[in-house]
Amino acid sequence: MEIVIASSIATLTAGGVYLILRLRAFAVILGLALLSYAVNLFIFSSGGLTVDEPPILHGDGIAGYTDPLPQALVLTAIVISFGMTAVLVMVSLGAYLERGNDKLDIHEDEDALSGEPDAQ
Amino acid sequence: MNWIIAPVLLPALLAPLIGYVMRHDITLARIASVAGTLLLAGIATGLLISASSGETEVYFLGDWAAPFGIVLVLDRLSAMMVFLTAVLAVLVVIHAVATGWDNKGRHFHALFQFQLMGICGAFLTGDAFNLFVFFEVLLIASYGLMIHSGGKERLQAGLQYVVMNLAGSTLFLFALGTLYASVGTLNIADLAVRVAEIPPEEAGLVRVAAMLLMVVFAIKAALFPLQFWLPASYANAPAPVAALFAIMTKVGAYAIIRIHTVVFGPDMPALDGMIGDWLFPAAIVTIALGGIGVLGARRLMPLAGFSVVGSMGTLMVAVAVFTPEATTAALYYLVHSTLAAAALFLVADLVITRRGTDNLQAMPVTVQNGLFSALFFGAAIAVAGMPPLSGFLGKLLILDTIRQPDLIVWAWVAVLTGSLLTIVGFARAGSMLFWKSTAEPVPDLPEGTVPPPAARAMEVMPALTALLLLGLLAVLAGPTTNYLEATSVQLFERSDYIGAVLGTGEEG
Repeated sequence: MEIVIASSIATLTAGGVYLILRLRAFAVILGLALLSYAVNLFIFSSGGLTVDEPPILHGDGIAGYTDPLPQALVLTAIVISFGMTAVLVMVSLGAYLERGNDKLDIHEDEDALSGEPDAQ
Repeated sequence: MNWIIAPVLLPALLAPLIGYVMRHDITLARIASVAGTLLLAGIATGLLISASSGETEVYFLGDWAAPFGIVLVLDRLSAMMVFLTAVLAVLVVIHAVATGWDNKGRHFHALFQFQLMGICGAFLTGDAFNLFVFFEVLLIASYGLMIHSGGKERLQAGLQYVVMNLAGSTLFLFALGTLYASVGTLNIADLAVRVAEIPPEEAGLVRVAAMLLMVVFAIKAALFPLQFWLPASYANAPAPVAALFAIMTKVGAYAIIRIHTVVFGPDMPALDGMIGDWLFPAAIVTIALGGIGVLGARRLMPLAGFSVVGSMGTLMVAVAVFTPEATTAALYYLVHSTLAAAALFLVADLVITRRGTDNLQAMPVTVQNGLFSALFFGAAIAVAGMPPLSGFLGKLLILDTIRQPDLIVWAWVAVLTGSLLTIVGFARAGSMLFWKSTAEPVPDLPEGTVPPPAARAMEVMPALTALLLLGLLAVLAGPTTNYLEATSVQLFERSDYIGAVLGTGEEG
């Protein structure tokens, strides 16, 4: 169980970081989505992994239950990352329509800091 | 009636009202937004007076007992930050209305109020996960404000800003997960109790969490090596929004001051002062980068952006020492640099509107050259830290309170050299904009174009008020530092905070 969760977090994170480093809007959106999946799993597992137990105390004591707080946290995180992805898609769509390409690097074709075309 | 929740609730209720009900009537939205911001300033003043008694007040959301529910905590530090936010917001919103920036795109005022909600919430919350939520609220509003009124460069810079901050948010969640896994709580007061109990040999995970959190806050505070997003973002944001963003970098600084003093303080055996060891060199390099950037900038807005980077470096040098005296100096400089950066961006906006471009080149003089050069001069000496405005006192306080023999040389050299570079950069920019331009012949206007109108009193008023407040901050330096001294004493006396949140008797 632990090894499955841990290796899937690792794979998702590695994929996410690789896609973000592509510096193209579409790849970056997918990369950030993968990263948010990874972090959701990570938070979910931060309370310890228990199989087939309810997230509440029931009956006689604390023998069988799973920590409910990470589940609440991960729900919040999912909602927020969902909203943020929607905003990101809209902003990158706007930038793409204005510029005609989806490169993230600002210095590629115009130097936004100097206002002069870059020689490279 | 509990007023602690009011700075969050008021903009939260006002924003959808402006966004949905008043979206077709800019006059109505302006009235509501300005009135709401003024009301927020009133509430913040009340909270400041109430907090200055020295008592830490706590609001339990839904009346759930800490550490199980979310708490809002009002102490001197959070009251001061909310007050500063409210004052800045009043200046910015009046500037935006007077110059018509708010009408160049849609939903400016709704986003502005949501932004205020997020900032006030981040300053008031006593829960690390709730801090994340308020960070997201202020960020999502800032994405909208950043690309307000559109344009190619602005959307491009906005996209970069969004991606940068989304990556930062993911890192924040990783940090919180690590923290929860190692100590099993996210309430700041409860964290302080539990982290203090961790012996150094078992502190691996907590140290990782502390460093991750510092990286996250360093992104917000634009600290080396995570400062690179700031100049491009601020330079391309609408100027009033850039002025409001002056408080956004301070949210990062505040989070470091709060979390890394109360929870991961230098006296915690688990941390062993490692935060300051990393923070201090980063702050020194940040000052250098800010100074070099100011010197190298060929446009006015990036110049202002890099000066913000430099001032964050100066601020974090004082924070990184983690002593009550240095924190007092840091807080004084924090108030100063927020207002100074805002004044600079507001003045820059007035100048750029008249000139039509923000390139630093000689151009025929515009209307009111004398007025604008005086305002720019005021903002420049404030940012560079020259007397008589408060930046001078702030830097002096910082240099005076750093007494550690291994830090003192670095701090003095960095702060003084950074100030020199900033002065040279601003002197060059100012003489190019206002002085050399007087030698340029005024060309005949092409048919049908109208020269930009002279600034009305209402447009100049917010920038002038910000400069006057800086003067006031210098004149009232005595009472202000008294309040700030009490603030940092309260901050470092963490049993006060813990006792108020967890209920007296339970503190460990």
